[in-house]
Amino acid sequence: MIRNETVKLPLAPGGPATERPISIAIVAMGGQGGGVLTGWIVKLAEDAGWVAQSTSVPGVAQRTGATIYYVEMMQASGGRSPILAQMPTPGDVDVVIASEFIEAGRSILRGIVTPERTTLIASSHRSLAIGEKSAPGKGIADSGAVTDAIGITAKRSIIFDMNALAAKHGSVISSAMFGALAAAEILPFPIEAYHAVIRGDGKGVTASIAVFDAAFARANNNAENVTPLPDPVPTKQVRSPSAPMQPRVAALVERLQASIPLKAQPMARAGLAKVLDYQDLDYGVEYLTTLEAIHRIDVELKGESKGFALTLNAAKYIANAMTYDDVIRVADLKTRSARRQRIGDEIGLRPDQLFETTEYMHPRMEEMVGLVPVRLGEWLMRHERVYAWLDRRISKGRRVRTYSPGWFLMLYTLAGMRRMRRASLRHATETAHRHDWLKLVADLTPSNYALGVELVKCQRLIKGYSDTHARGVSKFGRVTDEIKLLAHREDAADWARRLRETAIRDGEGGDLEGLIKTIRSFA
Amino acid sequence: MAERSFAKEVEHLRLGEGEVFKGEAILAITKGLLQAGVSYVGGYQGSPISHLMDVLSDAQDILGELGVNFQSSANEATAAAMLSASVMYPLRGAVAWKSTVGTNVASDALANLASGGVTGGAMVIIGEDYGEGSSIMQERTHAFAMKSQMWLLDPRPDHAQIVDFIEKGFELSEASNTPVMLEVRVRTCHMHGSFVCKDNVRPAYTLDDALNTPRRDLGRIVLPPAAYEHEQEKIRHRLPAAINFIRENKLNEFFGPDEGKVGIILQGGMYNNVIRALQYLGLSDAYGNTKVPLYVLNVTYPLIDSEIEAFSRNKDAVLMVEEGQPEYLEQALNTVLRRCNVAARIHGKDVLPMGGDYSVEALLGGFEAFFETNDPRALGNRPPRPDARPVLALAPVEHLKSVVPARPPGLCTGCPERPIFAAMKMVQEELGEHHVSADIGCHLFSILPPFNLGNTTMGFGLGAASASAFSRSTGKRSIAVMGDGGFWHNGLTSGIGNAVYNKHDGVFLIVDNFYSSATGGQDILSSRAPNKTRKTNNPIGKAVRGIGATWVREVDRTYDVGKMKRVLTEALTTKEKGPKIIIASSECMLNKQRRVRPLEARAVKNGVRVIKQRFGVDEDVCTGDHACIRLSGCPSLSVKHLDDPLRDDPVAAIDNSCVGCGNCGEVSEAAVLCPSFYRADIIHNPSWWDKFKAKSALAFIGFLQARRDRRRVVLEAVA
Repeated sequence: MIRNETVKLPLAPGGPATERPISIAIVAMGGQGGGVLTGWIVKLAEDAGWVAQSTSVPGVAQRTGATIYYVEMMQASGGRSPILAQMPTPGDVDVVIASEFIEAGRSILRGIVTPERTTLIASSHRSLAIGEKSAPGKGIADSGAVTDAIGITAKRSIIFDMNALAAKHGSVISSAMFGALAAAEILPFPIEAYHAVIRGDGKGVTASIAVFDAAFARANNNAENVTPLPDPVPTKQVRSPSAPMQPRVAALVERLQASIPLKAQPMARAGLAKVLDYQDLDYGVEYLTTLEAIHRIDVELKGESKGFALTLNAAKYIANAMTYDDVIRVADLKTRSARRQRIGDEIGLRPDQLFETTEYMHPRMEEMVGLVPVRLGEWLMRHERVYAWLDRRISKGRRVRTYSPGWFLMLYTLAGMRRMRRASLRHATETAHRHDWLKLVADLTPSNYALGVELVKCQRLIKGYSDTHARGVSKFGRVTDEIKLLAHREDAADWARRLRETAIRDGEGGDLEGLIKTIRSFA
Repeated sequence: MAERSFAKEVEHLRLGEGEVFKGEAILAITKGLLQAGVSYVGGYQGSPISHLMDVLSDAQDILGELGVNFQSSANEATAAAMLSASVMYPLRGAVAWKSTVGTNVASDALANLASGGVTGGAMVIIGEDYGEGSSIMQERTHAFAMKSQMWLLDPRPDHAQIVDFIEKGFELSEASNTPVMLEVRVRTCHMHGSFVCKDNVRPAYTLDDALNTPRRDLGRIVLPPAAYEHEQEKIRHRLPAAINFIRENKLNEFFGPDEGKVGIILQGGMYNNVIRALQYLGLSDAYGNTKVPLYVLNVTYPLIDSEIEAFSRNKDAVLMVEEGQPEYLEQALNTVLRRCNVAARIHGKDVLPMGGDYSVEALLGGFEAFFETNDPRALGNRPPRPDARPVLALAPVEHLKSVVPARPPGLCTGCPERPIFAAMKMVQEELGEHHVSADIGCHLFSILPPFNLGNTTMGFGLGAASASAFSRSTGKRSIAVMGDGGFWHNGLTSGIGNAVYNKHDGVFLIVDNFYSSATGGQDILSSRAPNKTRKTNNPIGKAVRGIGATWVREVDRTYDVGKMKRVLTEALTTKEKGPKIIIASSECMLNKQRRVRPLEARAVKNGVRVIKQRFGVDEDVCTGDHACIRLSGCPSLSVKHLDDPLRDDPVAAIDNSCVGCGNCGEVSEAAVLCPSFYRADIIHNPSWWDKFKAKSALAFIGFLQARRDRRRVVLEAVA
C-alpha cells in the first residue's frame, strides 16, 4: 500500500451523516441464486427499518455468464433517506459474496476486495468455464492463484464449499451464502431476523433454514482462515473390498518389487493392475517384461540421478498403450457388476426406484475389422466392395438397452471375446505400434536422456475412439517424425515437449503444422 | 407463458392511496402508468423493460377493470404506431422498449408522431441499455429525442421521483402537444426501492369514446403543406410551451448552496453516483446535503436556457456530467452560455471519460481533476478516497489476471438450440466453412465458444436479410439463422419474403423454440401453448409457405442431431434453386422445465409411474479428449479429475442439473465420438411389471457377472 502519507491527514467525521452505507456485492453466474440472495438481504435490512437499495444487470448474463448484484443499506436520518450508489466502487465494498471460487477471483480483479474494508465470503467449489472444459487436455484454471490473491486482498475471508453443503441439505447455495453472511456479523441484525426473511419466502423453508444454520455454524468455525479446498476434488474410485491376492498375481507383484526401483513402483503397480484388468495374467507378464527392458536402459544411462524418469514414464505409458480402447474393452466396462452400483449412486437412486440405461454406440466397420483375426481382417481390407457392403450394415447409431437380457448378453459376449483379442488385427496393429515406439525410445535415449523421456510421453497423444483415435495416431506419427529429424540437437527434448503439447491442442488453439514449419526452417 | 409468473407483482398494481410499494423500479413504472390514467399500453420486450411487459401480461384482470388496453406489440414500430391513438383523442398512452435498438425500429413511426403532434399524453418508456451488462451496441437515445423533437425525461433514480415523472411527463406531453420519452437505465430498471402509491385512475375519456365519435384534422397528417407547418409549430409553439411547463413545474432541481465558485450540471440519472463521488471528496454527506451547487436535469431535452444561465452566472466553472457520447449536452451548454455571454468555464468530457458507465470511480477521477483546476480549496485536506489501484498492482493479483477465465453467457442446460449448432458444426467439418449470418436471440450465443459459428449480426429479425448480398451463390451457400422471435418481429417479410422474391439460393434456418426466449419467454404468434387473451398456434411453416417458399423442411425435434445434419446437408447441396428454409422446432428448455417440473413432482408424489431421464458418463470409458464438450458447451457437462496416476487429462462428467435432453448421446453418436455416454431412465413409482422385469433381468445379469468376476485376475492398483 504505497500512498503519500502527507495527504493522509486524519479527517474527523462531521457527524453520523457522513457515514457511508454498508455495501455488499454479490458476484455470481446468471441463474445461480444471486438474485434470490440479493432479495433476502434487502428484505433483511428493510425489516429492520433500514433503507436498502439493490441493483443488478441481468441482461444476457442471466444465461450462465458472470454477473454482479449490488446492495447498499443505511438508516434514514431525520426523515431524509440516504442517497445510495448504483454500483460498487473499487476500494469501498464491505462484503463481497462469491457463489463460485473463480468468481471470487474475478471480484478481486474488479478491485472490490481490499484489505482495509472487505470481508470476502466465497464458496470454494468450482463451476468450470467453457474454455476450461473444452480445452483438449488440461485446461482447468489454477484455483491456488485465487487463494493467494485472497490472502493479500481480503480483510477477512469465509470460504468453504457452500454448494456441497447446500446439496447435502437438499437446498440451494443462496441459503448457504446467507448463513455465511450472518456469521460474518457485519450487518447489525440478529440471526432471528435472517430466519424470518427465509420463512417469509414461503418456498422450501425447512431445507433453506437447515442449510442456513449449517453454513452459519461452518462459517463460525473457520471465519478467520481461508480453507484451502479449491481444487476440484479427485473422485475416489470405488473399489470392492480387497480379497486375498491370487498366488500368481502375488508372484508378479514380487517380481515388480524386485526389478523396478522404489520410485517407479506405485506407477508400475497401477500399470500392472490396469493391464491385468484389461486382459489376463500373461499380459501382465508381458507388461512387466517390456518395462524391465526399458528400465535396463535407464540403469545403463545412470537414470537414478534423474529419478528414473524414463522408467517412471514408461510404467505409465506402456500400460496405457497396452490397454488400447477397443470394442471388447467398452463392452467389458459396460457389463461389470460395479458399474450399475456406481450409476445408481451418481443419479441418487432411491430404494423405491428402478433404472435402466441406454448406451449411445456408433460402431463402424473399422472397429469390427479390428476384432477379427489378422488374416481375415487383412482380407477384408483388401476387398473394398465387401468391406463397403458390411460397413453399410454395421455403421449406424445404435441405442443399446444395457440391462435388458438380450442386449446384455450381446455386450457380455463381446466382452468375452477378450480371449481372442491377441489374435485380432487391432492387437497386431497396436503391438507393432508399441514395438516401433519403444524401439525408437531405445535408439534415441542413450544420446539424449531427456529426449527419451519426452518421446515416451508422446504416447499420450493416442487415445479415444474412431476418428479421435485415428487423429491421435496421425499426430503421434507427425510428432515422432519431427523428433527423429531434430534428435541430434542439444535442445531436442525441449522441442519434443513443445511438439507434443502443441499436438494435443492442435486445431483448438494449437497449430502443429505451423510449429513443424518453424522447426524445419532451422533444423 | 413468460419465464416466471408475476402473480405476486401483479398484486402490487392494486395498491391504493398511501400504501407503500416495494420492488423493482420497472414495476414501479408499471404502477405509475396506471396511476396516471393510461388508456392503452404497448411495447416490445427486452432487457431491461421485459418485466413491465410480463407483469402487464399477467395483469389482464386489473387492466380490464381500469379499461386499459394492453398489447404485446409485434415490434417496436408497431408499438410506436400505437401511440397514434393519442394524436386526435385525449387518450393517454404509453409504450416501452429496449433502446437504442427498439428506438431504431420505431423511429419511422416516432418521427411521424412527433411531426403531427399529440392531443393526449404519449409516452415512450426507454430502457436505456447502455454500459456494463448491456447486450447491444453502445449508443444514446438522446439523438432520437433531438432529431424528432420529443422531450427526454431522465429522472433521478428514485422510485417516487420516477413515478412522479410519469404523471408529469403526460402533463408535459399534453401541454406541449409533443410525445415524451422517459429514459431509465439498466441498473435503475432493476433497482429495488419503494414509493408511496396513489389510487389507480380509470381514464375519463375511453377508447370506446374515441371509436364512437372519430375526429379528423388534415393538419395533423404528415403531408405537405402540413409537414412544413409542423416544423414551424415545433419551433414556435411546442418548444416554448414545453419550456414553460418544465420551468413552472420545477421539473429540474437545484441542490446545495445557491452560490459557489463552481457548480455541477448533471443528468438526473447520474444523481446517486454523483452524490457518492462528492461524498468521497468530503463535499456531501450520504443524504445528499452537498456543499457544491448541483443543477439536476431531470429533463435532458429540451434544455432550459434561463435555468442554465442563472445557475452558471457568477461561477468560475461548471462541470457537465453526461453519460455516453457524443456530448450533446456539453455542446448545447456551450451554445447557451456563449449566447448569454456568461463567462463560466465549461468542463465535461475533458475530465470525464468520453464513453462507458459513469460509475462512482469514473466520476471521482473527473471531479478530482475538475476541482483541482477550478476550486482546489474545496478539496480541503484531501482525505484518502477509496482506491483499489495499489491492490490491483500487487503481484499475486496481477498474476490472477492470466488465471481467471472468461465466462461468456451460453445456452442453458438442455437448450434445444445446442443440437442445431452441434449439427451445423459437424456439417461444416464435412462440407467446409460457410458464411453464417446470425441474428439476435439466444441463438446468437452460437458465435461464442464452443460453437464459434456466425459471421455477422445486423439486428433483430435481420439474420435472413443480412445474407441478401449473397443471394446468387454459385459455390458455397450462405446460411442465415433467425429465431422465432425475430421471425415474427419482421423476419418473415424482411428476410424470408425478400429471399423468395429475389430468388435467394441460400439456406435459412429458423430456430423455433415456442417463445420469445431471450427476452424472458413471452408468447408469440407461433407459441404452442393456448393463451386466453391472444391467438397462438400459428405455425411458422404455414407462414413461410404462404409467402411463397417451396423448399421447406421442418425438424420437429432438434435433439435428433442425425436428422438435423441430414437436413442441413441436403439444404446446402440440393440442386433446387430458391431459398432453402429449415424450421427447427423444440421447446425452450427453461420454459419447459418451469412448466413440466411441478407437474412431474406432483405426479411422483401421488404415486404415478413417472420416468425421468438424465445422462451420465462412464468415467473409465471416457478418455478425456473433450471433443463432446466442443460440440456442446452444456452447463451440466463438465470435467473432473480422476484419482488415477495413469490418467493425464480430466474426464467428462455430468452433474445433477442434467435434464436428460439427449444432446450428449445424440452428438456422440452422430459425430462418432465415443461410447462413454449413457442415458439413465429412472422409474419413479415402478409398476409390478417393471419390478418383475427388473428383478428377473438382474438375476440373469447377476449370474453372468458373477461368472466373469470369478475368472478375472484382480490386483489393487494401490498397494
